[in-house]
Amino acid sequence: MEQPNKSYIDSLCQGDKDFEKQLIDIIQKEFPEEKKTYYDSKTVQDFKKTAEIVHKLKHKISILGLEKSYEDAGAFEKNLLDGNNKLQNKFESTLTNITNYLNQL
Amino acid sequence: MNCIIIDDEKTARVIIGKLCSDEICINVKEEFPNAMQAIKYLNQHEIDLIFLDIHMPDFTGFDFIDSLKNPPKIILTTSDVNFAIQAFEYECIIDYLVKPISLDRFQKAIKKAEEKSRDVASDSTSEKVTTTSDNELYVNIDRRLIKIDIQSIYLIEAKGDYIHIKTENKNYTVHSTLKKIENKLPEHIFIKVHRSFIINFNEIIDIEDNSVLIKKDVIPVSRSKRNELMKRLNLL
Repeated sequence: MEQPNKSYIDSLCQGDKDFEKQLIDIIQKEFPEEKKTYYDSKTVQDFKKTAEIVHKLKHKISILGLEKSYEDAGAFEKNLLDGNNKLQNKFESTLTNITNYLNQL
Repeated sequence: MNCIIIDDEKTARVIIGKLCSDEICINVKEEFPNAMQAIKYLNQHEIDLIFLDIHMPDFTGFDFIDSLKNPPKIILTTSDVNFAIQAFEYECIIDYLVKPISLDRFQKAIKKAEEKSRDVASDSTSEKVTTTSDNELYVNIDRRLIKIDIQSIYLIEAKGDYIHIKTENKNYTVHSTLKKIENKLPEHIFIKVHRSFIINFNEIIDIEDNSVLIKKDVIPVSRSKRNELMKRLNLL
């Protein structure tokens, strides 16, 4: 399974440690909120709202360099809009993967 | 260029803000988590460029653009490549950035915005505005210099890269900006009441709340311009 990384963040920050910390702090705060919104939407089986939050989470997935997971998330978003939840397990594994990574940053 | 950032995701706003901070020509004035707040801001402030997320709940980026009478330059930012074709339908959209936005790609977008600004600001060879005295204004339309009696102008409206000049006898559409013609007009006669409108002060028929009646045209008055307008009235 591919692992999250800081390649994009490093290329953006270009050695600016203060900004790097600011950005990571925001991601660490925003990601759990978005993840919670995802699970809440899933619980009430609101496919449209779930697709919206998956779309939003895609940005975090891409920022953390998870290229394959990003593609899968895009496909999952489309599935949700089509009214099915295929690729849900894969997407949720990605969320766990990111959660673990952010916790150790 | 004064710009604003509209994105419901804070991470995205911070990244765009950082990319902007490395560009000398870009001055980020505000950032907004939704389009409605930005619309209120734009009613009172002139902005040259907007970084706009398409995918926002309730009011999408395209809804936002459709709501603007005279949209400034817009760079779309999105995680979805599927809107690119729709984006080309809007003249104001100058670029389309897919997240995560790389430094190289961002710099290219800024270059496009700068070029677009220069195009509008520079005198076109086919259409431009010049004055020779306080009473006359020459507009260049299709390589013909046409004289307009300044006193006869009662309304000027910005429409994209053009201005629409209304006079008592005739109307003219000229490739220019409101700012440029404003500099050519006598201040004691003309007043900018909104980011898209300059009116002839002497032609006001009545003023009601946030609008002014000029001939048969009802023109919006922005909150920031209302005080200036009221100060100039000879109130009983």
